[in-house]
Amino acid sequence: MKKLGAVSYFSLPKLSYRIWLVWLRNFDVFMKTYMVNFIPPLVEPLFYLVGLGYGLGGFVRPQEGLRYIAFIAPALVCVSMMYSSFFECTYASFVRMYYQKTFDAIIATPVNLEEVIAGEILWGATKSFINSTIVLLVILIFGLVSSPLFLLIPPLAFLVGILFASIAMCFTAIIPNIDSFNYPSFLYITPMFILSGTFFTITGMPQALQLFAKIFFPLYHAVVLTRGLALGRISPSLLFNLGWILVFIPIFFVAAINLMRRRLIK
Amino acid sequence: MNNDNILIKAEKLTKKYGDFIAVDRIDFEVVKGECFGFLGPNGAGKTTTISMIDCVLPPTLGKLMVGEMDVTKQARAIKSMIGVAPQEDNLDPDFTVFYNLTVYSRYFAIPRTEAQTRAQRLLKFIQLEEKSKVRIDQLSSGMKRRLILARALINNPKILILDEPTTGLDPQARHLIWDKVRDLRKQGVTILLTTHYMEEAAQLCDRTVIMDTGKIIEQGKPAALVKKHVGEEVLEVANDEEVMTYLKKTFPDAQLEIVNDRIQVFSTQPRGIFTELLEKFRFKGAILRDANLEDVFLKLTGRRLRE
Repeated sequence: MKKLGAVSYFSLPKLSYRIWLVWLRNFDVFMKTYMVNFIPPLVEPLFYLVGLGYGLGGFVRPQEGLRYIAFIAPALVCVSMMYSSFFECTYASFVRMYYQKTFDAIIATPVNLEEVIAGEILWGATKSFINSTIVLLVILIFGLVSSPLFLLIPPLAFLVGILFASIAMCFTAIIPNIDSFNYPSFLYITPMFILSGTFFTITGMPQALQLFAKIFFPLYHAVVLTRGLALGRISPSLLFNLGWILVFIPIFFVAAINLMRRRLIK
Repeated sequence: MNNDNILIKAEKLTKKYGDFIAVDRIDFEVVKGECFGFLGPNGAGKTTTISMIDCVLPPTLGKLMVGEMDVTKQARAIKSMIGVAPQEDNLDPDFTVFYNLTVYSRYFAIPRTEAQTRAQRLLKFIQLEEKSKVRIDQLSSGMKRRLILARALINNPKILILDEPTTGLDPQARHLIWDKVRDLRKQGVTILLTTHYMEEAAQLCDRTVIMDTGKIIEQGKPAALVKKHVGEEVLEVANDEEVMTYLKKTFPDAQLEIVNDRIQVFSTQPRGIFTELLEKFRFKGAILRDANLEDVFLKLTGRRLRE
């Protein structure tokens, strides 16, 4: 395997419009089985809303001045962003890369590997956009959205999706086999799911853990932003959360592409 | 050989993986319109070489020009004029037969209606029209190979790369592929073929190189190679000590090889030895057969098993 210097992890990829051809391939597959793809994201948040919101919510004191169900509803939208993009670009991308050899087939055409990876990441972001928008509709119907700013949540879902998809693709580039995804799934995604101000406000956690969440958990920033937009609670501090996401997108996006180059072009 | 007709030219082409040298300073030229074979045992460097021609693997050293373009600089332009039928099945299992072709055509920026026309024509060409709407997992391996061939032709390539196109196929499927390859060659497509089936190379290739451990150890027209290294005929006799002793004594110039329980005799006048053997030993299971590329191949690359 070719050794990469520290700089080459961040060398700029050569990209063109062909990214969208890769995206389109995945979109075509998605549309062929749209019933399978649209129903689960619609149904799953209902369990959380009913079970946690109405059930557990009866025992929980208001969080950040909100009824429990209203508190968790925007977070469920964000969890959907995270899960759909992260798992698309881990398990699903790995299957395409390793088992189906789809990447090999595509890079024998004028499309290059950088474009394949970028297309996969944009597709992961699209899954985030689609699935979380479905969840957003559900909480809208439940009357848990109180500001027209909620319209900004789907574009935010795309951005957050790019970030999670890029992080996922970095793992996909370095893991030896598909079972190894258990590590990032259980040791990174699961704690992030619980500790990102999703089901309880993080101010209840020890200072060190709060800081950890703010530094390492994109979901925390996504939740703060989404909650602010859904409820119309806008403050300048949201710019920090948005900035955090915008800073890490290019870093992980470029790193993912270069790590994949190292894996596949020897 | 006319210089204008050279389509692919490799000079000291080398590919290393760390300390391992997969392709070792090879030189070769492929002429427009010919079928050019890469023969060799597993691990000889055949697939690595064609992957460099297809700009998927970057060469470590040396120069490789395809259609007067440098593979390290004009990968996209080169890839758009090449069709690749890889060794392993990488058809898209999420799509039908027809859709596999049209989705692939998009990567070459072929307009949609044109792509559909070509897909239909190619399915007819490989005799898979009736499977157009079938999913990939319902195809036999022979059908998959044919579809991979059709997919490699979707961009009307000037160069067609076939990496072991008939490995694992039954004779019917193999002959169908061979027929199609001959058709394409007649149409003027330049074909690069890797194979370890000697008959395939003898049937299809105008010229071939024989590779072993990353090097080209011989090249030429299949028939000429056979003549040069083996002669026209090979004598085979049942392995028998008496016969062996006689052969060694009477024909010291002949080269003897024991293959399984038979002695193969390579000689400039096998027919003469054959007649004498028949006279001397009556019948010892002796046959005289045409020499073939496999004899050359085994002679040059040895009989050691390659993993």
